[in-house]
Amino acid sequence: MTRKQRRLILIGGSLGVLAIAAVLVLSALSDSIVFFNSPTDIVQKQLKPGTRVRVGGLVKPGSLERGEKLNVRFAVTDGNHDIAVRYQGIVPDLFREGQGVVTEGKIEADGSFVADSVLAKHDENYMPREVVDALKQSGRWQEGEMKTDAHVVSKPQ
Amino acid sequence: MMPELGHYALVLALALGIVQAVAPLLGALQRDTALMRLGTSTAVMQFVFVGASFAALTVCYVTSDFSVVNVFENSHSAMPLIYKFTSVWGNHEGSMLLWVLILAMFGASVAAFGGNLPATLKANVLAVQSWIACTFYLFILLTSNPFLRVAQPPFEGRDLNPILQDIGLAVHPPLLYLGYVGFSISFSFAIAALIEGRIDAAWARWVRPWTLAAWMFLTVGIAMGSYWAYYELGWGGYWFWDPVENASLMPWIAGTALLHSAVVMEKRNALKIWTVLLAILAFSLSLIGTFLVRSGVLTSVHTFASDPSRGVFILMILIFFIGGGLALFAWRAPLLKQGGLFSPVSREGALVFNNLFLTTACLTVFVGTLYPLALEAVTGEKISVGAPFFNLTFGPLFIPLLLAMPFGPLLAWKRGDILGVAQRLMAAFAIGLVAIAVSFALMGVSSVLAPFGIGLAFYVMAGSLVDLVERSGLFRMPFATVRARTAGLPRSVWGTAVAHFGMAVTLLGIVCATTWGEERIVALKQGQSVSLSGYELSFDGMTQRTGPNFRELAAKFTARSGGVAIGVMEPSKRSFSARNSSTSEAALLTRGFSQLYLSLGDVNEDGSVAVRLYHKPLVLLIWLGSLVMALGGALSLSDRRLRVGAPKPAKKSVSKPSTLQPAE
Repeated sequence: MTRKQRRLILIGGSLGVLAIAAVLVLSALSDSIVFFNSPTDIVQKQLKPGTRVRVGGLVKPGSLERGEKLNVRFAVTDGNHDIAVRYQGIVPDLFREGQGVVTEGKIEADGSFVADSVLAKHDENYMPREVVDALKQSGRWQEGEMKTDAHVVSKPQ
Repeated sequence: MMPELGHYALVLALALGIVQAVAPLLGALQRDTALMRLGTSTAVMQFVFVGASFAALTVCYVTSDFSVVNVFENSHSAMPLIYKFTSVWGNHEGSMLLWVLILAMFGASVAAFGGNLPATLKANVLAVQSWIACTFYLFILLTSNPFLRVAQPPFEGRDLNPILQDIGLAVHPPLLYLGYVGFSISFSFAIAALIEGRIDAAWARWVRPWTLAAWMFLTVGIAMGSYWAYYELGWGGYWFWDPVENASLMPWIAGTALLHSAVVMEKRNALKIWTVLLAILAFSLSLIGTFLVRSGVLTSVHTFASDPSRGVFILMILIFFIGGGLALFAWRAPLLKQGGLFSPVSREGALVFNNLFLTTACLTVFVGTLYPLALEAVTGEKISVGAPFFNLTFGPLFIPLLLAMPFGPLLAWKRGDILGVAQRLMAAFAIGLVAIAVSFALMGVSSVLAPFGIGLAFYVMAGSLVDLVERSGLFRMPFATVRARTAGLPRSVWGTAVAHFGMAVTLLGIVCATTWGEERIVALKQGQSVSLSGYELSFDGMTQRTGPNFRELAAKFTARSGGVAIGVMEPSKRSFSARNSSTSEAALLTRGFSQLYLSLGDVNEDGSVAVRLYHKPLVLLIWLGSLVMALGGALSLSDRRLRVGAPKPAKKSVSKPSTLQPAE
């Protein structure tokens, strides 16, 4: 085997692996990414039922209801629109009314939202960045109200 | 007084750093020995001054000096002493100070232990190291000064974020930084080689121990971080593909690739350009990791606070070092002569295979981590790329790598015999197949993929040991001979086998814990019980307790297996008044390598309490495997070969280890 042939094998092999990786990445990207939306986005975009999305905003004060079997209902608001959310499970330590929250799940046919994970922030000073942006968009954000950025506690799938 | 001293020491370190960034470079250019030697003493003094600066901040924390803003924001006088120490790096400013402390430590170790390096190479390495150090000193002094004071000192601090008040945090960041920053040495060596335009097998031998040490620390650091997230965050998960976790995984993968390609370079004088490129990339990924974590572009527990000026500053550092490093590479790399021909089927070929798959896997993680940022910057759409993406891309790329893993060390250099190796691996194949059959028989067809995962793990475990078994003559020779031969094997052979074995152990843990782990979320009243995976837990009652800086509500559960009590589990919820914040403390009950995991949710109005119970079979193997991998690294590091050519007073002429025969 000449040096040239060896080099061709090496380059061909590398390109092959890269091509496989590119196919994997592209197919995974089309299947497994989740878009973030504010309640206003959800109302305006008219998303199809069954779409997986993340919704973020504040837990609307007075909306939190705890039912049997760890069922939780609450509304997420960005000040302009509210989205009703249903969830079954344990909510994070810092999940409270009036606080920032990000939920991930599916939109039902009746327009309500069934979450399979609820993410709250990790620190009372901070707010998930997505929530801050959503509130800024809706004009409900007051500068200096809270520092941005902290951990979004996510519950894995 | 203390904070001013610390601040002053850091400024002095910067001044020394500037001298060290210039003088040795000039010295190497003009062959001026005095100038070149200057780097050695400045590197040690830099370490002393940064150490003094770090010590000063530590004193401020231990004495709870709340006139220092940083201490006020992240400490509390009632906090246990250990957390006063760890909160030094539990915040942005302090963790950057730890970063430069470790950087200075590595620089000083090259200065102290690099006596056998050629003078010009050593001078250039120390100069490049100092360039990195200076930019980070400037970063701290200009944007993240931990020594700032307030005019009116408050009486009490605002406490450390409660989830960081944990022993896991005490060890995770220093270990991780030892790994991240350790790659700076490989980077400096690569840049120095490019400046000199000359590189040989000896270069690889000098770089390897540093890379190996950094890789070991990073391995243990990542494992510790993963275990911390597992027990502290309360969802029983050990890896979330969170961007910050990825930021530490990418340098690890690149570092692993670098370790393997450096072997080829050292033994066969081939893959030079590629190895230099990997050395640059491994540290670049560490810098990108630092940028992602510190700039606030990501939301994470590691992002203590965001300040745009910091992000821009780190981005400039990033552009300077990565851009500069790659530009220098493009300019000078063609000067490096290629050597060492090999056939595609050979040890070299196997190591190239390893590098190809590792770098591609690293690339997919890179894409998954940065794509959301790029998309948001371009279109404004916010997306999250989660575990499914990485499972679909990273997973498939690791399977061929694991399949090929036992082949590598068995193939001969230059030209290997793949069929011969396959024959020698027959026993390993058989063990893998038996493992698949046994898993199907025991667990049924509930999951089709998992038994294959287990088979793969057992095949790799057995395959890693084949080389050791053959070389030691086990099963073929009398015991005394085997013992003598075992003792005589080079440590690097042990290192390879142990590290590969550890990888398989981790794989086994991941497959079992993910596939057969069970979870139950229930609300329980006192006296009720819940059962899961053959264990029964009865809820005995709640108690209130008071800790040093928190109040705690603990629930007591008795765990039974087959009616026999096997232990008491006390998960709790802690509330920290200083931050009006709370954490859940999970209770763990270890059974062999498996664990029962119990964490508390809310207490309902009717007196019942929500609990989350997991059974995680063989979960401890995930972290034990990582420790075994690191142990493999340590064995390899202790190989005689890497010490050959170390400075010995008797033989001063040992300056070119390249003329020595490799020990193997």
